[in-house]
Parts: sequence; structure tokens; C-alpha cells
Amino acid sequence: MDNILNVLTAEEKISLSLRALYNENGYSQYRMSKFEEYDLYVKNKDFLVSSNVLTFTDTNGKLLALKPDVTLSIIKNSRDIDGVMKVYYNENVYRVSKGTKSFKEIMQAGLECIGAVDNTVINEVLTLACKSLDLISKNNILVISHLDIISGVLDYCGLNINDKKQVVKLLGEKNVFAIKQLCEDLQLSKENSILVQKLVTVYGTPEKVADAMRDFAVNVQTGKAIAELNEAITALNNAGFKDKIIIDFSVVNDMKYYNGISFKGFIEGVPTGILSGGQYDNLMAKMDKKYQAIGFAVYLDELSRIGG
Amino acid sequence: MKKFLNIALPKGRLGEKVYDMFERAGYDCASIKENSRKLIFENEDLGIRFFWVKPSDVAIYVERGAADIGVAGKDILLEYSPEVYELLDLNVGKCSMAVAGKKNFVDDRTKTLRVATKFVNIAKNYYSSIGRDIDIIALNGSIELAPILDLSDVIVDIVETGSTLKENNLEVIEKFVPISARLIANKSSFKFKTEIIEDITAKLAEIVG
Repeated sequence: MDNILNVLTAEEKISLSLRALYNENGYSQYRMSKFEEYDLYVKNKDFLVSSNVLTFTDTNGKLLALKPDVTLSIIKNSRDIDGVMKVYYNENVYRVSKGTKSFKEIMQAGLECIGAVDNTVINEVLTLACKSLDLISKNNILVISHLDIISGVLDYCGLNINDKKQVVKLLGEKNVFAIKQLCEDLQLSKENSILVQKLVTVYGTPEKVADAMRDFAVNVQTGKAIAELNEAITALNNAGFKDKIIIDFSVVNDMKYYNGISFKGFIEGVPTGILSGGQYDNLMAKMDKKYQAIGFAVYLDELSRIGG
Repeated sequence: MKKFLNIALPKGRLGEKVYDMFERAGYDCASIKENSRKLIFENEDLGIRFFWVKPSDVAIYVERGAADIGVAGKDILLEYSPEVYELLDLNVGKCSMAVAGKKNFVDDRTKTLRVATKFVNIAKNYYSSIGRDIDIIALNGSIELAPILDLSDVIVDIVETGSTLKENNLEVIEKFVPISARLIANKSSFKFKTEIIEDITAKLAEIVG
């Protein structure tokens, strides 16, 4: 039997161990068809990693798409039940690659929790994200951010929706100089300008940022968010991932869809993030769902290069 | 194997200026000044490694992780929107992205404006932000020729002093983005080589003042 395992590539081994991990933790596999109605993606175009979708016409004239994403289908097919629906997937998706500008088949794994998302669920998802990274390589880091802290701080400083968008974009670039300039242009007070800049400059291990984090407690929204983040940190510490986590608000997701905790996983030697996730209650509301949701995806196509 | 911090610098005058800043920041590499055909220059004690690449390629090296950090013009960052951190404005290589045309050019808004440029995305974004319908003529060099030969109505290009424009009877119509060299970093490298990247950024920031 041993030689059967030898046949597997590193990528396949990882993908199987991820499935085993999610299975052990009570997640059930979500299988879906290769196609989905195009309509689903048009309505939520910005949620997709790339806006290009491969489409074709079904025999009855309906426009279908080869799925570019799994999360939207899972949400669409979820029912408003009490409790939490926990699923994982391991599917091919079809996206335009940045380099060749042509469609590629990409293997993606991930999990979603849909329902009454509370701290316990959030902490479980974060722990599984850390465990997923550990399965891929021990040299990993999970970078955690909280969108409600960003949003709350910017609201407190009186930024309108367009200015907020601009700051969030610069935050993703860690472009503290441009943020400082923007704050001057917007004529923010000195204290507020410094507070906004702190969203870039405050990052690092939870211990390192602990003191500075208190400065963000400017209103009820951020106060609640900080408490939630701290609880998540404690849970990850207890699960043995103390040295694997970093707080960094440059992890930003589109706030039209996402809220709450957002995170990204990195492996040393892989130039882009390999795991990406967060809470997306706003997307749930847009899709007329009653409950909250959180999940993450692992981009397995990036793994072929690290080998073993 | 020792882990080096890879630094991509833009070939040419700007790159030399930027290297001098690294040297003053304490991140030097003596062999770089020797006249040789070497492509990569290492300082083993500091654990850093420099290499020169075409200025427009720096962002690609950094985005794809072949270089951990690098120095690229804001024009390149605006044109290609690479997924990188933009850590510092080095305040050198200063110029502007500008619209230029023949002297006394008046924009006839009933017609589609023909724009010749190397910076297709920047031009598109700029004109869509002011709601002007345009046609793009993508060129790779000698952009100034386009309006003279009536290939285009205007050009979108980098303007430093404007003397090339003047000599050819062209003039700046509007400068719309200031450009300068930026220190950029790969998002993943930043997580694993945080200390040295932070140190370089801080020391360069002191020099920039």
C-alpha cells in the first residue's frame, strides 16, 4: 500500500491531508456541478478574484458559466437553518491568470461556516487556517486583520465612503506616505491623521501591538472588534500557534462583501498569499440570507513549486 | 544556504542614485562599483544581494518574489498595479505624468480624442476619471512624434523639464500625477524578512528626510 502514496505529487498529498483535516473536524464535503447560472456571478462580480467568467449557452438558451468561485454557490444553496452549516470543498475553478491573460483551471480547497457565526466558530475557522498552513509548510504565517476596526476608525475620523475606499486601497499597499498626504488633503485633525496612519504602522506579533491596539478603541464598533480579535488571539495561542500569527491591517477585503475578521496565510518562498479568508456577512445579506458566514480558501495551484 | 535579501534596482542613472542612498543607509556592496559583467552583487556580511534590471521590470521581480524589495517609478506602479507594498517615497527621479499636445491645441469635445502613450492604463484611467471619450494609440518610444505627424491629438507621457517638448513645438496641457521613485516590497517576503526590510526602510526614510 505504501507505494500507492508514493505516486501522489506533493500537491495531491496536501490536498488529501487538508480534506482529512476538515473531515476530522466535522466538516462535510460539498460537491458541486462544474456549471452555474451566469446570473449568480454578474450580480456579485466584484466578489470574484478576476471578473472574467467563462460562459456558454445551455440547450434551453440559458447562459451558464464554468464556475470561477465556489463560495457563491455554497451560499446560494444554503438554507436559513438554525445552527451552523460546516462544509469543505476541493474543486477546480476557472479563472484568468494574470500572466497569460487566458483562462486556467485552478485547484482550490477551502471551507465555509454558514449560520449563527459566533466567537467559537470564528476561532475554530482561524485555528483550522493555521493547521492548514502547517500541513503545507512549517514556515508559515497567518496574518490577521479586522475590517470593523479599520472601518470604525475611518468613520470616527469622519471619512466619507469614497475617501474610505481610497484609504483602504493605500492600506493594502502599506503606503503610509500617501495616507498622510491624503489626510492632509482631507484636512483631518492631527490626532485623527496619526490614528489613520497607525492602521499602517501598527503591525506585528499580538504582544507587540497589544498597547497600540487600545488607541483604536474610539467607538463601540471598534471596541467590540478589538475584543473579538483578542479572543481569537487567545484561542490561537492556546491551540499552539502563538508564533505563527501576526496582526496587520494591510490585509483588506472589499467591505461591500466582507466585515469582521479577515486573514491571509503566507508560506516562506511563495511570493503570494496561499490562503485567504474572512467573515462575509455583507455578502450574505446581499444574497438575502438571514445568517452570517466565515470561511477561507487555499490556493493549491501555488503549491506545485514548493515541492515536498 | 544563507538567506539573502534580494534587492532589484533599476538600471541607469536613477538606479545609481538609489544605490548611493542604500550605501549611505549602511547597506552597501563594494563590488557593484567595479566595472564587470556580473549580474548579481553580494554583500555576505550584510546578507544582501543587489541586481540591476530594466526599470519597468523591477515591479515584476518584486511581485513574483525574485526580489524581496526593489525601487520602481510610481509610473510603473500606476501602469501595472502590481501586488506589492509601497513602503517609501524616495523623493528622487521626480517628474510628472502629463498630457501634452501641439502649442495652442484646443480639445474638440465632439470628437473622440486620440491619445498616444506608453502608459495605456494610466491614460485610460485618467480620461475615464474626467469623462472624456478617447482612442488609445499604444507606442513604445518617441511618443512626441505622434502629434507632430497627426498620428494622435495629444500624448500622455512622463515630463521632467519639458525641454524635449519645447524643441518640438509641443507643450504641457496638464500635469496630473507627480511621479518619483518608490521603495517596494514583496508581500510575502515582508512577512518573513520583516526586520531587515523595516531597518532598510527606516534608514532610507532618514536619508530622504
